[in-house]
Amino acid sequence: MNQAALTCTNIEVEFDGFKAVNGVDLTLDSGEVHFLIGPNGAGKTTLVDAITGLTRYTGSVTKDGTELRGKKVHHIARKGIGRTFQTATVFEHLTVAQNLDIAAGSGRSPWHLLRQRRHLPDQVVAVMEQIGLDGQAETAAGVLAHGQKQWLEIGMLLVGDADVLLLDEPIAGMGHEERDRTGRLLHDIAATRAVAVVEHDMDFMRAFASRVTVLHAGAVLAAGTVDEVSGDPRVQAVYLGSVQEQEVADAATA
Amino acid sequence: MDLLVGQLFTGLSTGSILLLAALGLSLTYGQMGVINMAHGEFIMAGCYTAYVTQQVVGDAGVSLLIALPTGFLVGGAMGLILETLLIRHLYHRPLDTLLVTFGVGLVLQQVARDVFGAPAVNVTVPQFLRGGVDLLGTAVPKTRLFILALAIAAVAAVTLVLRFTPAGRRIRAVVGNRDLAETAGISSRAVDAGTFFIGSGLAGVAGVALTLIGATSPTTGQSYLVDAFLVVVAGGMGRIKGAVVAAIALGTFQAVFETYSTASLAKVGVFVVIVVFLQLRPQGLFTLRTRSLA
Amino acid sequence: MSKFLTGRAGTWTGFAAAALVLFGAAPLLLSGFRLGLLAQFLCYAIVAVGIGLAWGRGGMLTLGQGVFFGMGAYLMAMHMKMADAEFRNGPGSVPDFMELAGIREIPAYWVPFASPAFTIAAILILPTAFAVLLGFAVFKRRVKGAYFAILSQALAGAFAILLIGQQSMGGFNGLSRFRYFFGYNLDDPINQQMLYFIAAGILLVVLAVALQLRRSRYGELLVAVRDAEERVRFLGYDAANIKVVAYAAAALFAAVAGAIFVPIVGIISPANIGIVPSIMFILGVAIGGRGSLIGPVIGALAVALAQSALSEQFPSAWTYAQGLLFIVVIALLPGGIASIAAATKRFRREPVTAEAPA
Repeated sequence: MNQAALTCTNIEVEFDGFKAVNGVDLTLDSGEVHFLIGPNGAGKTTLVDAITGLTRYTGSVTKDGTELRGKKVHHIARKGIGRTFQTATVFEHLTVAQNLDIAAGSGRSPWHLLRQRRHLPDQVVAVMEQIGLDGQAETAAGVLAHGQKQWLEIGMLLVGDADVLLLDEPIAGMGHEERDRTGRLLHDIAATRAVAVVEHDMDFMRAFASRVTVLHAGAVLAAGTVDEVSGDPRVQAVYLGSVQEQEVADAATA
Repeated sequence: MDLLVGQLFTGLSTGSILLLAALGLSLTYGQMGVINMAHGEFIMAGCYTAYVTQQVVGDAGVSLLIALPTGFLVGGAMGLILETLLIRHLYHRPLDTLLVTFGVGLVLQQVARDVFGAPAVNVTVPQFLRGGVDLLGTAVPKTRLFILALAIAAVAAVTLVLRFTPAGRRIRAVVGNRDLAETAGISSRAVDAGTFFIGSGLAGVAGVALTLIGATSPTTGQSYLVDAFLVVVAGGMGRIKGAVVAAIALGTFQAVFETYSTASLAKVGVFVVIVVFLQLRPQGLFTLRTRSLA
Repeated sequence: MSKFLTGRAGTWTGFAAAALVLFGAAPLLLSGFRLGLLAQFLCYAIVAVGIGLAWGRGGMLTLGQGVFFGMGAYLMAMHMKMADAEFRNGPGSVPDFMELAGIREIPAYWVPFASPAFTIAAILILPTAFAVLLGFAVFKRRVKGAYFAILSQALAGAFAILLIGQQSMGGFNGLSRFRYFFGYNLDDPINQQMLYFIAAGILLVVLAVALQLRRSRYGELLVAVRDAEERVRFLGYDAANIKVVAYAAAALFAAVAGAIFVPIVGIISPANIGIVPSIMFILGVAIGGRGSLIGPVIGALAVALAQSALSEQFPSAWTYAQGLLFIVVIALLPGGIASIAAATKRFRREPVTAEAPA
């Protein structure tokens, strides 16, 4: 427990003079489900983009003593950092098994790649069971239910041996039962990995977070356990504001 | 000194021709991400509009003045029809749109061949645009100056429309965020149709202007199209500003390169420059939506 | 596709049937003239297999395959002109078209093409290497989609213009009037038939290579890159490398097709390889079905057949037909003919298949 899997120091991301992320320090520990919350525009997804090499930033991100800033996206991924996207992104024209097999194979040699797959790697079979898709190995990913796609995308990170998982709204659009399954899945996989979850859903966070970092306007507003954070008056101020907006929006669409 | 002025002006002039051809393309690409391969044939339609107008009117000067707005309407109407019948049904399939509009271009070329014949036709240049003016010791053809002025006017008009009219604000809103604009009550369909009308109309105007410096044949538009596309590619993301800079840069490069080499090598040179340019500044050239990569 | 067709036995049956038609039935049933035409169409089909791989499976709309086709063709033509000149006037003599153009000495870059081995190596290596270089330049910088299509088209335009400007490459007229193909007299009908067999053999080999690429893990990866390139990158792959392989394979196929096209047809000129012929390669692929293996071959053969039947008698109608085919097939039937076959099979068999072309 509590060995730092990923350390971010003083991350700053600037878009045309606007600081989307402004001096964030963040440590992700193995064994934790670490929630990143905050109102829209707080910089959560931008922070994930920065860590995974999609967005330029200043500061430093290190994993196992290696500096990741300036490395290419696929090099960072090979260092064991996996991410999902707000809209589940899977290969819709390939089967569940093919999706996972690709995810498991970034280290394959060209010779290996040019041959046909004779049988599925063991970890693909194991992960398929873990994410509840073992009955659907030959189903095209495009016809999976919304929630299943999100599990498949998480599964793709697991077979790829990522030990730092950055999940962007993994329960968006899920029903209650699916959320609970996802939450338990996150806890299972966090046993040997560091899992960071970008989320808006407060109930989900309360139920499954081991640690919470609240971002606001590109900076860390508060960090700690669920209780510590929800008792923080600054967090309440930020969230009460956005809760009211949310209610107005709900009323408008109702 | 003379040589330098001459080359710079040739570059500016070539650039303004490229810009006229590319401006509408840049607009429609920026708006909808649609590559319209029939754009060249809209230019060609503008050329033939100028030709027909002159056959009807007779007087070269009057017919040019009539042909410019008519060319805009002809090109615009063709664009509107294309957008309504085909392009709007192919959203999110940019490569398919490219090929479908290529097919449209083929058909339009053949229509022109059947109506006007394959050999090139010529439009008489009005008296007031014949000859040249002396510019810092270099004789500059008036037709080229006219095209330069027209290109500047077209860019200014597009910029003003985008910036200060309600329609322009709608266009910019849809370009910025299509879904959000829809939520705000803007009909993105109407805006798309309008943009396509303007963009294609500009192709028609370009066609009319091009009759002043060259003959018109069914494949006239095609010959400008690839260069126009390169301007849009180099300019990046359908930005008007980018198109202006890219057109002038490519025009000047081509003009200077041609002086020291041949026209054919200049084309190759332009291609190499763009590929090298992509290595340095790909940012303007790829779109990346991090929130939804699907 | 049904299990039979995707299985190992089905593959062998398919190849055996194709070989029987190409090597057995066609030479028996067709006159020498028609066999020559078929040989020419097979060259287009070879190009189409490559486009199906790059565009259908990899999502790279290559509007510039004429460049690679042309490279292969011109490299072969250079050798044949050199060999003809040597046969006529002895070693070191100037090819006939150069004499006409007033070129007295063989340009230095022509000299090595006197060697057959060098020529074949050049055909196999140069276009592919060029595709790899260009592929890295654009794919590493994540130039894709319509931008890539436009760039590849501009390349075809630039290449054709470059050739028109080179008198030592035959200029506008290109290279023609060949007499010998590696020592075999091209006027002899037997040798013409041999060329047909070579083209048919190359097509089968190219199909086998494409099939292996599609069925391998690489083939799955290529589809993954087509559908969600960023996702592949975030799984730790360099997507550019994956694309370069398919692009280079398509270039190699086109180059080989061009090389065999020259002795079969007897001429190569910039008009065969510029922007319009390059985009015409796409038409057959689209009609046959870009995502399928055999679809592009069928489509390319059909378009070439229609062209030879219609274009001389009804040039205007043929152009309209081409334009309308582009519009109708791509707008309404993006999967081509192959998708109709797949759809009927799906209707009869299983509800879900994973191999729908995008």
